[in-house]
This record gives sequence, C-alpha cells and structure tokens, in this order.
Amino acid sequence: MYVAVKGGERAIDNAHAWLAEERRGDRDVADLGVDQIREQMTLAVNRVMAEGSLYDPDLAALAIKQSRGDLIEAIFLIRASRTTLPRFGGSNPVDTATMACDRRVSATFKDAPGGQVLGPTFDYTHRLLDFKLAADGEFGEMPQTEPNAGETPHIMGFLDREDLIQSEPAGADTPDDLTRSPLELPASRALRLQALTRGDEGFILGMAYSTQRGYARNHAFVAELRIGAVAVEMEIPELGFAIDIGEITLTECETVNQFKGSKTEPPQFTRGYGLVFGMTERKAISMALVDRALRWKELGEDNLGAPAQDEEFVLYHADNIQATGFLEHIKLPHYVDFQSELELIRKLRREAQASEQATGQAEGEGPSGGSLKGKMKEGVAS
Amino acid sequence: MSDYNFAYLDEQTKRMIRRAILKGLAIPGYQVPFASREMPMPYGWGTGGVQVSAAVLTPEDRFKVIDQGADDTTNAVSIRRFFEKTAGVAVTEATTEASVIQTRHRIPETPLREDQILVYQVPIPEPLRFLEPSEVETRKMHSLEEYGLMHVKLYEDISQHGAIATAYAYPVKVEGRYVMDPSPIPKFDNPKLEMAGIQLFGAGREQRIYAVPPYTQVVSLDFDDYPFEPTKADHACDLCGATDSYLDELIMDDAGGRMFMCSDTDYCGARRAAGHLGAQGAPLAEDAA
Repeated sequence: MYVAVKGGERAIDNAHAWLAEERRGDRDVADLGVDQIREQMTLAVNRVMAEGSLYDPDLAALAIKQSRGDLIEAIFLIRASRTTLPRFGGSNPVDTATMACDRRVSATFKDAPGGQVLGPTFDYTHRLLDFKLAADGEFGEMPQTEPNAGETPHIMGFLDREDLIQSEPAGADTPDDLTRSPLELPASRALRLQALTRGDEGFILGMAYSTQRGYARNHAFVAELRIGAVAVEMEIPELGFAIDIGEITLTECETVNQFKGSKTEPPQFTRGYGLVFGMTERKAISMALVDRALRWKELGEDNLGAPAQDEEFVLYHADNIQATGFLEHIKLPHYVDFQSELELIRKLRREAQASEQATGQAEGEGPSGGSLKGKMKEGVAS
Repeated sequence: MSDYNFAYLDEQTKRMIRRAILKGLAIPGYQVPFASREMPMPYGWGTGGVQVSAAVLTPEDRFKVIDQGADDTTNAVSIRRFFEKTAGVAVTEATTEASVIQTRHRIPETPLREDQILVYQVPIPEPLRFLEPSEVETRKMHSLEEYGLMHVKLYEDISQHGAIATAYAYPVKVEGRYVMDPSPIPKFDNPKLEMAGIQLFGAGREQRIYAVPPYTQVVSLDFDDYPFEPTKADHACDLCGATDSYLDELIMDDAGGRMFMCSDTDYCGARRAAGHLGAQGAPLAEDAA
C-alpha cells in the first residue's frame, strides 16, 4: 500500500550526507582552504560581505566554501549568522575623505588633487583566457611606488563650492536601521540606501541599466569612484572619546546627474550615491544610479512610471534572500491548496458542461458540436 | 556556535515579537508590522511562524509541527528539529497533547482547546494583495475599511464562473472589522477559525504578525444568494473511513487510479488505532515505513 511521504527524517539526513560529499568533490584533489578563498576569491568574498551586511572576510570565505560557491546561499549563511550577533552600538560615520585609496577615478575632470589612480582594475584587461594561470598562478616582479601622502579630496566638493550641485540636507543623527525595524513606506533615504547596498547585485544592476536605457533616464556621470580602506571609530562612553575599532575596505561612487530644474528646484546638478563593503565597483555605480532615480519626489521631478522610480517596487524586490526564499518555497508540498483547486476546477467544469449540454439540446445541436472541450481548445489557441 | 539562546532568538527580539503578538490579539485581524529577523531557514519556508513559535514557546511546552496536515512532511520535520535543537522542547505528533502547534496550510481536524496555541505560517498576509499590488495602497484600504474591491472580485467570479472561484486562502472578516487572509488553508478549514485556542499568524518575509483571539467571530466573505460553502473531495478516507476530514488525493498507478486519505495524519492514525477502517484500510502497524 502506498503511504505518502513517510520517512521525511531519514530522507533529510541522507540528503545532507550527499550534499557534504558533493561539496567536497573528488577527494584526490586537495581540499580548498578558507584562507585560499579569502585571499584568491576576494571579489566573491566582497560580494558576500556586502549583501550579507557583515564585514568579516573569514566568515564570508567559510560561507562560500560551505555553499559550494553559490554566492546567494553564502550570503544567506552570513545573514542568518548575523542575526545571532549581539549589537554593541553604532560607530561614528566613516569619513571617506580620509580613505587610503587603492583606486580613484573621475569621469568628469581630467585631473584633480589626488590624481587618477587606476588601481587593480579589470577595466583595460583584454578578456582573453590566460592559460598560464591553469598551470601556475605565480607572477613576476611588481613595480613599486610611494603611496599618495595626505587626504584625497572628494571631487564633489569642488562642484559644491561653486553651488552648481544640489545641496544635501543633513540626515538624522541616528539613522533608522533596516535590520532592526520593519520597512515601512515611504522610506527615508538612509533606509533606501541601506536596502540598496545589501540588495542583489544583479537586481540593482538591472534597475540601474534600465534608467540608462530610458526608463527614467537621469544621465549620470561618475564624478568619482574610490576604493580603499577607512578607519571605523566608535565612541566609548566610559572613555568619553572615539577610538579606532578597525579598518574596512569600501567602494564609494558619487554621480553627477543632469537636471534642468523643476517647479521647486533651480537648474543644477544632482547627486546619486553608492557605498558598498569591499571592492564592489559595479554594485556601487549601480546603487548610485538607482538612488538618483528614487529621488524624483524630493527633486520635484515627474513620476514617469518607470520601475526604478518606484520605491516600493525596488525596495521590496531587491533583497535576494527574501526573493530566493519565496521563489524556492514553491518546491515545498502544496497538496492541500492544489487539491482544493482541483475540486474547484472539476466542479466548475461539471457545471459548465451541464449548462452547455442544456443549451445545446435546447438549440437542437449535438453535444459534440458545442462541447466545452472544443471551446476550451479554441480558447487556448487564440 | 552551538550555544544559542532558548528557541534561537535573543530575548530582546522575542520581546519585540511578543509585543507585536499582543497588539495583534488586541486588534483581531490587523496586520502588525514587526522587525522580522533573518532565520537560518529560507524566507517563504515558515520563518514567520518560526519566529512566532520562538516567541511563545516555554521550556514546559510540547510542540507539534504540521505541513499540509502531516507531521512527517520534510519541512515540518525540519522545523520540529530546529526547536528540538535550539529550545530542547518536548515534541509530539498528537494534536491533543500539543500546547503549541505550528502549521502550514491546514487546521487540525481535532478541535483545539483553550490551552492550545495554533501558529500559522503565512506567505502573503495581505488579502487584497492580488487585487492591489501596492502595500501603501492596501494599508490605506484597511484603515478606511474600504473592501469594495474584494466584493467586486467575488461578484466577478460568480458572474464569470457561477461560483466564487477561491478554493484556499479564502478571505474572512474578523470581528466585523478587518478582512484577513487565513493563510492558504483550504476553505474547508475556514469554519474552524472560530475556536477556543489562540491563533497567531506570522509572515516573516513580509514582516507582519496578526492574530485571532479565542472565540472571535470569523466570517468567510460571501453573498446572501451565494453563501460560503466549505468543500472537500466527495469521498471518505480510504484508510480510516472518515467522511468529515479534508482529503489528499493520491495517484496510484499509470492509469491514473486514485485513492483518498486524510491530510491530517494524526487524525487518520488515531482513528485507525481506534479500529476505524476505510475501503483500502489496513491495520496501523503496516505503514510505519
């Protein structure tokens, strides 16, 4: 006799054992070290930290190993772990003007104090597979130079001084925290930026790209993109002053956007802002474009009905952990709801068929001529 | 990493959830926003129910988890194990022995008592969502008690199909005020929503909690000339012979042969243990796979 889904417990245990074996792969190949992932898969580690909202390269590397390289799964592991961490307090805002820049480019000025620093970028590599890497990952001598002394000023500061760019109102002293209170709309810009910085890279990229292609176009120039380490400082109440508690690498992107002015604002440039953990340049630029698109209301622009302008649409669908969970839950059993649908469809068809036959007979037609089945097929074809 | 707080969540978080639950109980059917946490299982797999269970469980509780009415479906097993591991609570498959029951898509057939809590997993808490996609709009509609859209939808069903074409997640009105989604339970279960136990609904991804206190009026929406009808497959259970329980339909062979059995496995098992047998019934021991 058939018995539905008995033995769920054993099936789960066996599935986990199989998963562990698959994760390890061929045992003749050396086990991948977490330190190797951290050092050699840094951009994956950075993405996991950014979308996991937790700056910890070691944990991110472990998550990537455990998830077999499925980065959304790794982000999920980090998020779940993050939930259990106690919260000591908030740091001071990081000062990106003091960033030790590994990379700093501006698309709006040929040169500016601090210079253009390409840094370790893929930008001008020719995308040709390097078969040497398959044999040997070593490289030769690396040219050395002195690091830039002093701070690298923000390009935006120069536009600011001329009053050509929209002035930015000060935010709340203690901004809302997306991870501690439910997202309610309309959301403050701080909340929007939090949602974007931890949002799925692919989703944010797609949204940003849609603005470039004309869905709420806000032609963006990258005024500045900088990547580097900044110090994190925290006020310690017992001490009465702020101390360094560590250093994190950030990518910051500021865009300058064309703006003809609106009913409420004079003609001026406007801003979009992206700030993301790690070296995550594509994400930071995308974030700045989407941030700018979402600011239509405060700038008095028209709502063009574009997806990237729709705060609810963007913020409710950007999180890949929410999205993947809900998407994949349709794998779970739905016997009960499906059964109730089955009964409903059968009932509706019975009734439709009965009334069809009644009308058919009344009009003197054979039941085959006007059968429901024939009609439904026509419906499908059209 | 193995030392988690009782029932995984820290006490501050549980307190925040309990406040949302109390608010929900005070305003039956109202969706209370809460700061849903990321749980170690995916959104859409019961994280709302899990957070509510974590907030109400005490070490003395006895916990039961069902999915589609059954205790041994994989996700029910997974959630039960989670609380065995993180809360160390006793578990049971017997509805009558459980003090807290977490469920997905069913209400147990055995009526619940005043000392029992039923926790629902909710995918989309907003009953108006598929009529109006914007949360900003639907919250406004609830606050203005503007439910005309829902009645128009039900009316259009009748004019198009001759019947209300909603078979599960059938909307209800709670205590004459809020229209509420009872989660995707079959409409067969709707009459059971008026019960002695406390009913708590958790939607993790959508960050909402709502509740139906004991003995609260819950009315399935309908029209005078098209009254609400709870339906089930027109069969008796082939295992235990019950005619009053919701049935799963199983496909038995390549020719599409069918059999029907209770979706509530505890109810079915208890009936068979008491000697009831259906058309294809066998003594209980045989199917212990």
